[in-house]
Amino acid sequence: MSTVVSSGARTASMAQALNSALRDAMREDPAVHVLGEDVGALGGVFRITDGLTAEFGPDRCLDTPLAEAGILGTAIGMAMYGLRPVVEMQFDAFAYPALEQLFSHVAKMRNRTAGRLPLPITVRIPYGGGIGGVEHHSDASEAYYTSTPGLHVVTPATVGDAYGLLRASIASDDPVVFLEPKRLYWGKDGFDPAAPVEPIGKAVLRRAGTSAVLITYGPSLPVCLEAAETAKAEGWDLAVLDLRTLVPFDDETVCRVVRSLGRAVVVHEATGFGGTGAEIAARVTERCFHHLAAPVLRVTGFDIPYPPPMLEHHHLPGVDRILDAVARLQWEDRA
Amino acid sequence: MTVLDHRHHTGVPGWSPGATAPRTDPAPLLPDLSPVRVLGTPALEKYEPALLRELYRRLVVGRRYNQQATTLTKQGRLAVYPASTGQEACQIAAALVLGERDWLFPSYRDTLAVVSRGVDPLEALTLLRGNAHTGYDPRASRTAPLCTPLATQAPHAVGLAHAARLSGEPAVALAMLGDGGTSEGDFHEALNFAAVLNAPVVFLVQNNGYAISVPLSAQSAAPSLAHKAVGYGMPGRLVDGNDAPAVHSVLAEAVERARGGGGPTLVEALTYRIEAHTNADDATRYRTEPEVAAWRDHDPILLMERALRGLGVLDDALVRESADEAEALAARMRAEFHADPALDPMALFAHVYAEPTPQLREQAAQLSAELAAEAEVQH
Repeated sequence: MSTVVSSGARTASMAQALNSALRDAMREDPAVHVLGEDVGALGGVFRITDGLTAEFGPDRCLDTPLAEAGILGTAIGMAMYGLRPVVEMQFDAFAYPALEQLFSHVAKMRNRTAGRLPLPITVRIPYGGGIGGVEHHSDASEAYYTSTPGLHVVTPATVGDAYGLLRASIASDDPVVFLEPKRLYWGKDGFDPAAPVEPIGKAVLRRAGTSAVLITYGPSLPVCLEAAETAKAEGWDLAVLDLRTLVPFDDETVCRVVRSLGRAVVVHEATGFGGTGAEIAARVTERCFHHLAAPVLRVTGFDIPYPPPMLEHHHLPGVDRILDAVARLQWEDRA
Repeated sequence: MTVLDHRHHTGVPGWSPGATAPRTDPAPLLPDLSPVRVLGTPALEKYEPALLRELYRRLVVGRRYNQQATTLTKQGRLAVYPASTGQEACQIAAALVLGERDWLFPSYRDTLAVVSRGVDPLEALTLLRGNAHTGYDPRASRTAPLCTPLATQAPHAVGLAHAARLSGEPAVALAMLGDGGTSEGDFHEALNFAAVLNAPVVFLVQNNGYAISVPLSAQSAAPSLAHKAVGYGMPGRLVDGNDAPAVHSVLAEAVERARGGGGPTLVEALTYRIEAHTNADDATRYRTEPEVAAWRDHDPILLMERALRGLGVLDDALVRESADEAEALAARMRAEFHADPALDPMALFAHVYAEPTPQLREQAAQLSAELAAEAEVQH
């Protein structure tokens, strides 16, 4: 049985906040159905669906056969009928068998039918590394989703956002790929489900600063906050911007912050080539060129398949690699 | 004896009862290896003459629809048309067995089934004309969009049927597939999900012998495609796909079984694609003329005419009425498709999301400016 209750301020982990969001959405709307592998008695391999089958029954929280295309394809049919399915993919790389259903149907159905058949499906995907997982358990796969029109791509980095953004994603009439940074699942924070959060599509400044801004999201947010703290000793006062939503992208907030500071580093753990950071750097440069004192730099994972767990710390952007990039932001004018 | 009973006798441990799905004796699930036939058999006499006349009329109109769409494609009025010429019995039967609350999940070759379901014949063709992906309202017609990626619509049918069953509505979903589609993973996942969920679904495989050019022998080593049902725990049925009353009966039985809580069925209909895969295909590279001739002699309309004349159900009046209806439809298609369709480029941005993103608003403004500049040049 779950020990999570869904009201009142308390301390909770991101996993518990996500569980509360699912529970509250299911309580409020009988159209919300959860389906996936091991989401029933086990409560999911990360326990995000803990207690949902016990409270809502196996029809509302359904243990499916082990076939991701079948899971998402079935969810599409359920949504066509009028339900609001929330699909759990067990790990980032295990979502790949469902990509055809996601790309060819989930992302396109509203468009294919001139708005007559929207698919309000939330696809939850635990993503990213840093948990010591063996291969196929740690991919930062966001670029596949952000480059597919028709999908919203949301990724929380705080406990409060995990709850608020998941509720907003389930309530959205558009399909949402909801990327859960699995290495942040167990981190705790003060959390009040009743506290409003910024909507999907809005970036939030997590730390104000005067020197440069680190633009990041999901699993890299705590790393960037730590880097900003460390940077004080070097004389840099770094701002940290949490994107929260990759699609739709908050050009407005990002450009406002970059223009005010003139220097920016984009940080994510996914591979760099053709990645989200490339798009962000290009957008910022196109829109803020005359406000920039230095090129927008990227700090990303290397362009390699995700490493074995004993080597993953070399791949993931850390404080030092971020500060090295900050040092390369052409500070001559400030000397 | 079920597999589990057998296992028990042989001393292999089982699983806890709560975790064990019921397993069925495979024998009743197996398809009969000789396909179900009605035309030319005594079984025909049990059929309502009204149904037989309806099937005949729809076959004739459907054939004309296929022919006219093929001609329009050769004239450049349609982008492409995967004709179901020769497969009309499957097309019309699939639509006729469904009630108003049921759902049809067609593939790209099933436009005629969509039309037989009641969708406007011109709206059903927008995808293939090239002016819009789906011209009809899927919700209003309870007909999913024509599906191009093979077999990917099959799990949608399962999910919809599952949701209907959960809501207590006695609706059935029928998914249409081809022989090539049975090799896709989505086909197998859909069958498995349907059986496990006991979803009210019927899978109709129109086995026309070729996946574009690849013959069935290179597609499957199974005794029949209907046999694939057994491994998932559902019945498989084999039917002569050019025998309209036979296809109707087998599908109607499967639909009613599903509606009554009996679960899914896989139906394999043996048929033939008289035309090439599409206008871009050259079927002479992989099929022989004697083979095509044999199937022309087993044509669904020909079979109906022979049998119904003998039964006294088909008279000259019905032949004439059906031909007139077919010609009227063909004339409407020619008239409509002769004119260029009205196109709205700005609609490209209208339905990507419920609300366009800020980025799409910018891009829409860009296209709008381009259109305005173009209009000025032309002026």
